[in-house]
Formats: sequence, structure tokens, C-alpha cells
Amino acid sequence: MSRVRVLVGTKKGAFILSADGKREKWEISGPHFAGWEIYHLKGSPVDPNRIYCSQTSGWFGQIIQRSDDGGKTWLQPGTPPGETKAPDGSPKGESNKFKYDVSKETGAPLTTHQFYDGTQHPWEFKRVWHLEPSHTDPNLVYAGVEDAALFKSTDGGQNWNELAGLRGHGTGPQWQPGAGGMCLHTIILDKKNPNRIYIAISAAGAFRSDDAGKTWKPINQGLVSQYIPDPNAEVGHCVHHVAMHPAKPDTLFMQKHWDVMRSDNAGDRWHEVSGNLPTDFGFVIDVHAHEPETIYVAPIKSDGEHFVPEGKLRIYRSKSGGNEWEALTKGLPQSDCYVNILRDAMAVDSLDSCGIYFGTSGGQVYVSPNAGDSWSPIVRDFPGVLSVEVQTLT
Amino acid sequence: MIRVVLPAHLRTLAHVNGEVTLDLAARPTLRSVLDELEARYPMLRGTIRDHDSLQRRPFLRFFACAEDLSHESWDTLLPPEVVAGKEPFLIIGAIAGG
Repeated sequence: MSRVRVLVGTKKGAFILSADGKREKWEISGPHFAGWEIYHLKGSPVDPNRIYCSQTSGWFGQIIQRSDDGGKTWLQPGTPPGETKAPDGSPKGESNKFKYDVSKETGAPLTTHQFYDGTQHPWEFKRVWHLEPSHTDPNLVYAGVEDAALFKSTDGGQNWNELAGLRGHGTGPQWQPGAGGMCLHTIILDKKNPNRIYIAISAAGAFRSDDAGKTWKPINQGLVSQYIPDPNAEVGHCVHHVAMHPAKPDTLFMQKHWDVMRSDNAGDRWHEVSGNLPTDFGFVIDVHAHEPETIYVAPIKSDGEHFVPEGKLRIYRSKSGGNEWEALTKGLPQSDCYVNILRDAMAVDSLDSCGIYFGTSGGQVYVSPNAGDSWSPIVRDFPGVLSVEVQTLT
Repeated sequence: MIRVVLPAHLRTLAHVNGEVTLDLAARPTLRSVLDELEARYPMLRGTIRDHDSLQRRPFLRFFACAEDLSHESWDTLLPPEVVAGKEPFLIIGAIAGG
């Protein structure tokens, strides 16, 4: 029977939740890396036992962890499985280094970017926000980092090299951090076209590469942000998340800092599809595994109040690709609920009855085994959830 | 032998329990003890000092013999008691931040 494995990153460690295809009885594993912020974990589509994890801390910096057995054991890339010590007894393995590429051959000058106060500020690495394993090679994985840049590893996470064409394509000095930092939080790999990569940065906007990450262009036309004086500004939009269905790679859905947006031409132009949402502020957006026009958002009251409106936890679903939305509430608290759902904290499985999962700032992880028609909590008392991904194991 | 006390999270990362001991071939300074620590435990690179600048990470401090050595020059000699192994060199994480 098929199984699902839900990978949950929280403020105080990583958890792995497993169940069979009924998605009713869950086994909980964790906390892994207890006490550390786990910004993101994601499994390789090619080898489901290969999972990458971003382990980060304001005290100790960034660690990349990798599992080769589905999350049972972990090692820092560079440590061969089972060999945590060198022959002389010294421990092996090392933290992973993310160094901006300023070389003449492949790099771009390390310029400055705008800071919160509008002054120019040097680029400084802080953490990995998002890991995106390749569709074709378990050792190939991309990392989106803060301060915004895109890195790539071809050796299973042991070494990372910047795809400097993004940071260096010209608009960098105009990028400015959002409240959470200047983070590259979304990486989408087009399964049909290995040269196409979409990324999004808070608060610079969305970008696209059509040559596997060498060169990039901003794709923000049609986005409207009240705080930007120039309505035709190429960059400066606070994109919270972007989603794409692999069967329709030219159609993108975006949850912005206000507005839910859609593009049908690979991001060249966007239009608003917020429609009848009670509020169009939010962080997550995701697409049904089998229905490319069915999308999900979690409306949040406002940019000043990061919790669900009216004390009601509601996921909204549109089966028309936006504009017409229905509230999904069965099994979700409808009073005295004031949680947030962060941008990487929703995922879908690919079982026939598509499962939807999301985690909250209050530590709950919910599942719907029926595409959102009803929900139940898998866990209720985790640390604040930072990310949710799910692997479908057949 | 230099005795070094690591914060709990770094002990976990380095797969060690309790103190670590280092045999310094170089002149015993702040710099050399951290160089040797990172050479022996390469998974700690970047967790105490920044990868690039090798500056102390802001939320970590260095103590020895009840003195805060965090703002001393990297070439500051370690106290004789630390060099003799009578007192440990302490790497302490800030007790703040939730």
C-alpha cells in the first residue's frame, strides 16, 4: 500500500510524520536536531530516501544535513554513512560553506543592496531558507539563501557554488529585505524543461532563468505594490510564495504581500485572482496534485496582524484557478484561533485522493485526505512550524 | 593538553560528550586553539567563527579563568592555567533569544 512521509521543519527541530495511504494513523519521529531552527526539509523526487535539511541557528550559523534512509539517520554531507570517524579517531564531516561567488570566471561583484532604511548594505550570508532537489539527480540540489542568492550542489550537499548570474544580473542594488530578511524562499524547477528555473525573493520579486541558472530576468510585470512609487518597477515587490503544477509549467500562481496573482505566460505578465477572498494577504499557495486549476491559500488578516481573520482557521480553495474561492473549514477551529501559516508550510501528496497538509505557527499540523473537504490534526503541540513537505511513497 | 568546553549544541554536532582536549603544536593563542579545534572537528567550521572573515560569531563568547577573552586580539596568549590543562577554555553561547 502507498505511504506518505510528511517532513516538518519547526523552530526547535525537525519531525517526520508517516502513515499509510489512509492518512489516519500516524507515526511520529523526532525531534531531529532538537533545539535548532529547521527552516526546510525536502526529499529527492528521484530517491525518496534522500532528504536534505536546512538546520540553522542565530548562535551557530548554517548546517546542511542529509539523510540517505528516509530520515532515520542523518549526516552532514562529506561524512560517509557509518563512518563518523577518520582512521585516527578524529570525527569527520564538516559544516557547509555558502560563499558568494565573486570570481572573474563565474562570479559577480559583491555589490550592495538596499537595507531597511534605504541605505546600501553589503551582502551577508545568514541562512538557507529553501532546498530544492533536482527531478533527475539525487545529488543535485539547489538552495535559496538569505541574503538572497541561489546556490547549487552537485555532490549531495557537500559543496555549494553560487549561481551568481542571479545576484549579479543588474537589479541587485535595488533589492530590499522584507520584515523576515532578504530571502530567496521559492525555487521551482520545470520538470518538462530542465533549463527553466523560477525563484522568488522577499522583497525583490520573482525571477526566471531559461538557461539553467546562468542568466536571469525579473518577471514582475503586472504586480502592484502600494508602497512602490513606480507601478512599473521591475523589482521591489514582496512575493511571498509561488506555486506551479508540473503539467502546466507556464502557469504560475503567486501569493504576494497582498494579492493573489496568476500568470499564464511563465511570469511575463501577472493578473490578480484574489476574487472573493476575505483578505488577500497570506503566505502559502499550492496546487492540487492532479488538478492544475485547483489552488489553495490560507488568508491572513493583514500585514500588521499575522493571524487568520475572525479567529477562524480557514483554507480557501479555488477550482477555477482563482477568483472564485470557497472556504474549507470542516475539522478546523472556527473560534479563538490566531495562528499564522508560513510560506513553505503547505504541501500536497500525489495519492489518487490528493492529500493537503499545512502547519501553523501554533504548532499544529493538519491533513486533509480529500483535497480539503475535511481536515484533522496530525499533531497539535509541536513548536511553531516553519515548513511542511510531503513525500508520496508507492 | 588544552581542555575546551563546547556549548551543548556544538557537542552534539561534533559527536562528543563533555570536554574536548587538544594538543597544540603552535603557540597557545585564541587563534591557534580555534584553528586546532576546527581542524580536529571540521563540522564546527562556521559555527564559532564566520567561514570567511574568521570573526567570532556575535552570540558566542570565550572565557577562561573567569575572564572574558572575547574582545581580545586573536594573538592573545591563553592563560597559563589553561595551557597547563588546569583550567578549561570555555566557548559559551549567549543565554538569550528563546
